Amino acid sequence: MAINKLLRQAAAGVAMAGAMLAALPATASADEQYFGIPSIRVGPYNVMGTGYYAGEIDYLNYVNMTGGVNGVMLTWQECETEYNAAKNVECYQRLMTNDKGQKMLAWDPYGTPLAYAVIGRVEKDQVVLAQAGFGRTDAAYGPVWPWVFGVHSNYWTQIAMKLKFMADMEGGVDKMKGKTVAHLYIDTAYGREPLPAMRIIAKNWGFTLLEIPIAAPGLEQQSQWRRVRRENVDWVTFWGAGAGMSGTAHTTRASVGFPADRVIFVTFGGAEEDMIAGGDAAKGTYAVGHVRPGKDVPLVQEILKVVYGAGKGNFGSDTTRVGTMYYNRGVAAAVNWIEAMRIAQEKFGKVGKAITGEEFRWGYEHLDFTSKTRRDFYGIEGLIPPFKVTCDDHEGGEKFLMMQWNGEKYEIVRDWMGPDDPELIDQLEKESALKYAQENNMPVRDCKDWEPWAWK
Amino acid sequence: MIYREAGQFRTSYAQDSRLLPLRQDRIGMAVMLVVAFAVVPFIANDYWLVAILIPWLVLSLVALGQNILMGYAGQLSLGAAGFMAAGAFACYNIILRIEGIPFIAAVLLSGLCAALIGIIFGLTSLRVRGLYLMVATLGSQFFIVWALNKIEWFTNYDPAGVITAQNIVIFGHAFTSPVEKYLVVISIVSVLTLLAKNMARGSVGRGWMAVRDMDVAAEVNGLSLLRTKLQAFAISSFYCGVGGALYTFAYLQTVEPSAFTVHLSFLILFMTLIGGLGTISGAFFGSAFILLIPIFLNVMSHRIFGDAVSASLMSALEHVIFGVMIIVFLIFEPLGLARLWQLTKERLRLWPFRH
Repeated sequence: MAINKLLRQAAAGVAMAGAMLAALPATASADEQYFGIPSIRVGPYNVMGTGYYAGEIDYLNYVNMTGGVNGVMLTWQECETEYNAAKNVECYQRLMTNDKGQKMLAWDPYGTPLAYAVIGRVEKDQVVLAQAGFGRTDAAYGPVWPWVFGVHSNYWTQIAMKLKFMADMEGGVDKMKGKTVAHLYIDTAYGREPLPAMRIIAKNWGFTLLEIPIAAPGLEQQSQWRRVRRENVDWVTFWGAGAGMSGTAHTTRASVGFPADRVIFVTFGGAEEDMIAGGDAAKGTYAVGHVRPGKDVPLVQEILKVVYGAGKGNFGSDTTRVGTMYYNRGVAAAVNWIEAMRIAQEKFGKVGKAITGEEFRWGYEHLDFTSKTRRDFYGIEGLIPPFKVTCDDHEGGEKFLMMQWNGEKYEIVRDWMGPDDPELIDQLEKESALKYAQENNMPVRDCKDWEPWAWK
Repeated sequence: MIYREAGQFRTSYAQDSRLLPLRQDRIGMAVMLVVAFAVVPFIANDYWLVAILIPWLVLSLVALGQNILMGYAGQLSLGAAGFMAAGAFACYNIILRIEGIPFIAAVLLSGLCAALIGIIFGLTSLRVRGLYLMVATLGSQFFIVWALNKIEWFTNYDPAGVITAQNIVIFGHAFTSPVEKYLVVISIVSVLTLLAKNMARGSVGRGWMAVRDMDVAAEVNGLSLLRTKLQAFAISSFYCGVGGALYTFAYLQTVEPSAFTVHLSFLILFMTLIGGLGTISGAFFGSAFILLIPIFLNVMSHRIFGDAVSASLMSALEHVIFGVMIIVFLIFEPLGLARLWQLTKERLRLWPFRH
């Protein structure tokens, strides 16, 4: 039959094409370094994913176009995770080694459940789980998870910083006694992450904590905001995800009549896209910045000139999203990788050569952006707070910007502010990590063998 | 010529009632089992084991459960992921709270827990039918996941709600490497598939098919609808529960309610539909189709287009292409991949002749 013949020819064509594509070159190159990029470009969180990973890829392109890392060129491969833990595992396994047999150095999936799904595998596979300001909070205590990093902040320091800001606005920590703070969160692991720290601070400071969950995907929030109004809440920390949920929050809050300047959004739900989604209702809302947004960061200017000038930008010809919060976060995350590479190359005498996973981990654990010279080297002065990673502290930094949306852009209200009691948060992280290690029979590393290192 | 039955005589009742009456089928099955148990563990690399084979086998088991309920018993259901979640959390809690229980026993017990929950939600099938039952089982999906989220006892009061699954320990040996996990999964899946095949062709299966085809006639003939329908729900939920336990322990390594969304329920529904309703092999075919085609599309699009097309457009296109493939496939063969396999076997009987 004619259709049979057609199908057979089509099948033969596909088979031939497959055979040709399968015969890719398999030569390993010594001066290349491979990264795997688990992006999210579809689904409810695609706004975050497209911005964040565009930042990472643009920076990697920029490094390649300006001579690589001491001559080492970067290669990468993308895989769509769709904010799904199972797909993340599949992407992790697929992108582990590239076609030339080189293993990836770092894995930076977007999302807490995705991080949890691979956190048990990274040590064995010698891949650094490099989360930039999100992921498993108690991984900040380095001895339990040597291969997991969360620079330069995590959710517990963030919520503590927000509570300190509230205390400052009220006139002091003692004025917080008797006040009510509501935590409106998406009912997932990500939304519940700050609660342990919040509860302890609520007990210490004497304010009432209302925990109000919003079922995912959070496009219906009437009852939650009405409850906020009813209970005479003083401050709301909104922990949402996705522009849809944020937009709904703004409009519902406005319709209920709760003031905008008493709501603080979270870093990963408080970018420009989340505020624009709320329209005029979003004016006056606070949001916390993990990095400084804006095109005026020297590195972002360079990327625009070099990468977008050559037409190789991830956003194509549309540069409106360059310099937004998610984009800048991606750039900062990729800068950490490159600095770790440089440190590892310098320390292990491999300048101009590819490094292994263990060396990369060493480099990452010795990240030090406390000196202005180092920040200026990358052009990230002002983008990130000065921070340093040590064996004990896989977080560093612990400082955020408090920003307020004025209808068009963010205005920085507080510059690089930290929690009121950082030691309390560190203690909580350590306790949680040690408890987990004990329950799961994990060895706890001794940090006394950690040797500091500095650029000469 | 390949599938000739000529010369194969059955001389006893035992031979007549064999599971695989044709010698070619028996040889084929033996070869497949030898390859699965003895060849694949040695030649497959980590990616194939962890990302392809283990999820395919586990989801085939769940699709088998769904097939029992939808294909054989005719009860439309959308609660597969909910029962998976029930099984997964049951397994986690059993291993957590009962010291030293063998993993296989924990998995079977968790299947029984899921079966009990399946019976409770299956009671709705005695009053409603068809699409209404589908909506009721959708309710079970949401309720189970909500309950696991809300009642903190299930997650052992973990603050993040995402718990790492314990290691699989059988007879004191921890099965942690991909090959070992694959062997555990393939053993459990092959045993349960054999049981399902026997149930399907026995009186149990005939009861289900009678209920599916015309339940009033079945009831008139003396078949207890209550027992048959609840039995179908129980056995289907058992399979889904065991599948859920294996999904978390052998694949994801994290136990969290948000991995068992309604999206997963729909995926399992599509697996049974595309694989072939009312067949055992259909579960495996459909699971392979739904799992592997998106990966294939992702790999191919990166190979063919690379950086030429924007990655966001490509990711969206992959979904579009996948959806179109499903539609086209169902238009050409609505009875699914199992029917295609059956037609192939028929052709092989006559080959090299056309008819």
